Amino acid sequence: MRRLRLRPSTDNLLTYGLVIVAYIVIRILIASGNISSALQGQLVPITAYIVMAISLNLTVGVLGELSLGHAGFMSVGAFTGVITATLLSTFADTTSLEWLSLALGMPWLRLALAMLFGGTMAGIFGFLIGVPVLRLHGDYLAIVTLAFGEIIKNVMNVIYIGCDANGILRISAVSANDLQLSEGGKIILSGPMGAIGITKISSFTAGFILILITLFVVLNLINSRAGRAIKAVRDDKIAAESVGISTWRYRMMAFVTSATLAGAAGALYALNYSTVVARKFDFNTSILILVFVVLGGMGNIRGSIIAATVLTVLPEVLRAFNEVRMLAYAVILILVMLIRNNSTLRRLFRRNGRNGAMRKKNLLNGGKGDEA
Amino acid sequence: MDFLSYFISGISLGSIYAIIALGYTMVYGIAKMLNFAHGDVIMVGGYMSFMATTNFGWPPLLSVLFAMVVCTVLGILIEQLAYKPLRAAPSLAVLITAIGVSYFLQNAALLIWSANPKSFSSIVPFDSLRLFGGKLIISGTTIVTIIVCIVIISALNTIVNKTKVGKAMRAVSEDKDAAQLMGVSVNKTISITFAIGSALAAIAGVLLCSAYPILMPTTGAMPGIKAFTAAVFGGIGSIPGAFLGGILLGIIEILGKAYVSTQLSDAIVFAVLIIILLVKPTGLLGKKVLVKV
Repeated sequence: MRRLRLRPSTDNLLTYGLVIVAYIVIRILIASGNISSALQGQLVPITAYIVMAISLNLTVGVLGELSLGHAGFMSVGAFTGVITATLLSTFADTTSLEWLSLALGMPWLRLALAMLFGGTMAGIFGFLIGVPVLRLHGDYLAIVTLAFGEIIKNVMNVIYIGCDANGILRISAVSANDLQLSEGGKIILSGPMGAIGITKISSFTAGFILILITLFVVLNLINSRAGRAIKAVRDDKIAAESVGISTWRYRMMAFVTSATLAGAAGALYALNYSTVVARKFDFNTSILILVFVVLGGMGNIRGSIIAATVLTVLPEVLRAFNEVRMLAYAVILILVMLIRNNSTLRRLFRRNGRNGAMRKKNLLNGGKGDEA
Repeated sequence: MDFLSYFISGISLGSIYAIIALGYTMVYGIAKMLNFAHGDVIMVGGYMSFMATTNFGWPPLLSVLFAMVVCTVLGILIEQLAYKPLRAAPSLAVLITAIGVSYFLQNAALLIWSANPKSFSSIVPFDSLRLFGGKLIISGTTIVTIIVCIVIISALNTIVNKTKVGKAMRAVSEDKDAAQLMGVSVNKTISITFAIGSALAAIAGVLLCSAYPILMPTTGAMPGIKAFTAAVFGGIGSIPGAFLGGILLGIIEILGKAYVSTQLSDAIVFAVLIIILLVKPTGLLGKKVLVKV
């Protein structure tokens, strides 16, 4: 198959089109009852994973730095989102302003604000973590992102947060009783038990809108002056610096944007469940999302979307094999990597794939050429 | 006296990390890849030793030998099947493949041995050592772990610095193409490195399960990540660095657990790592690589 080469704008429209068509098709499938309930329950997580994959692709594919702690930002966003949503609904009950109470009574507004605050908080964390992290490079940068991800997970695991009847937050690192909540108070985050009693307000449509926003932000960033600067820093830091590009600024811009989007995805993800524990956002989740990005193709946004969807649905499809399904997942993962990256195997699977393969190889290399 | 006993168990845990970290650091130094499946080879080693002692009724020393042989074969097999075809591929593709291998090993173990934790009885037959009139008790496992670690490090140092194989390893790690031109078989050297790393992982697995006697398919995952951290801590690619990093990490973890918070000990370990890397960006004993324009 010959590879299509499209102008960036046409290419982007294709990505938007793919997402919109997929949304409409799934909506029709739901309306006609042709979709299993297990798969229907996966819809919101899939949208959250897609946003995670696109945002990680910004760090790994476009900025060219390996991040192993992306789930940490998801965690920050998730718990900030849960706290925001709980506070807003408490506020809606207590406020004397009728219009405000009415507005906050609407779940979609609470969800939108939760994602906004979740994203903002994750962005702030992204900046604070970015200051030390972006001083490093390569494997050392990767291990520090891993370390931050683990630290966030461990700290979230010991924090207790509650709000009393007036909507005032109380925080403790000791126990739920230490919060000294009065009657009518509510525990939001209960240490290792995680966030409990969440009102589920996420919906597939909200996830779809978040994907569109993410695409809008990321695609416009990539094709802007700033995006070209980021790619220049990725391809050759010294050359970029010598033509007057501030490497610190553009690396930070990509990193913070990536963290913010991951935070919004975290809020969407958490508000889809009644309980969420900090352990969910561990190293394995970071790796899972990295797998989406690498399999989809580094720097290829459409690839991330497809890979995230296929790899989340795959275990469901493999459910027929029951016990061996995760084993099959692992084998498929290894085989796909081997076929895509080994020239002998690739020639077997794709007759005319030479040009496309060379291009893909360069993309995977982060444009650094052949390192072997 | 409490402090001393925590300190010694820290060194013991650190010795296990150091042995695992050696596997990471050697493979990284020579094949320039992060072998994320290394932690799961530890788990396989633990299960092999467990099977040998409980199912076959073999003596402890033989069970360790059995675990080493199986893991060595496994390591070479993984290298040949999954990593060798990707020698020319970008490093991230190899990393994802390694993650795939890690999933594979964990889920294969889940199918074979089920998720139920097995309780592993220590293979060390010695009694605890009592010092200062019974105030300081050091278990036999702790002593054996520390001794084994020292023996392994010295042996490995000799192999790498004094033998022909070691010379080949150093040559490959310095410059693969030049080594090939000088008649060093790069593929064979990489296979040997994987074999040594996996055999060490088997020993680490047995020691780990002797000290923390719960064996599950995910047993190797967290120690694997910590040992990887230890390798980076000491400067990845450096053998003395892996030793130093492992020991320090173990001590920090145990002291953090004892004096600060049990739940936050991992967070402390990683925080120290971040600080070290900010002061010395290539780890404690890592080489600084100059970038040429």
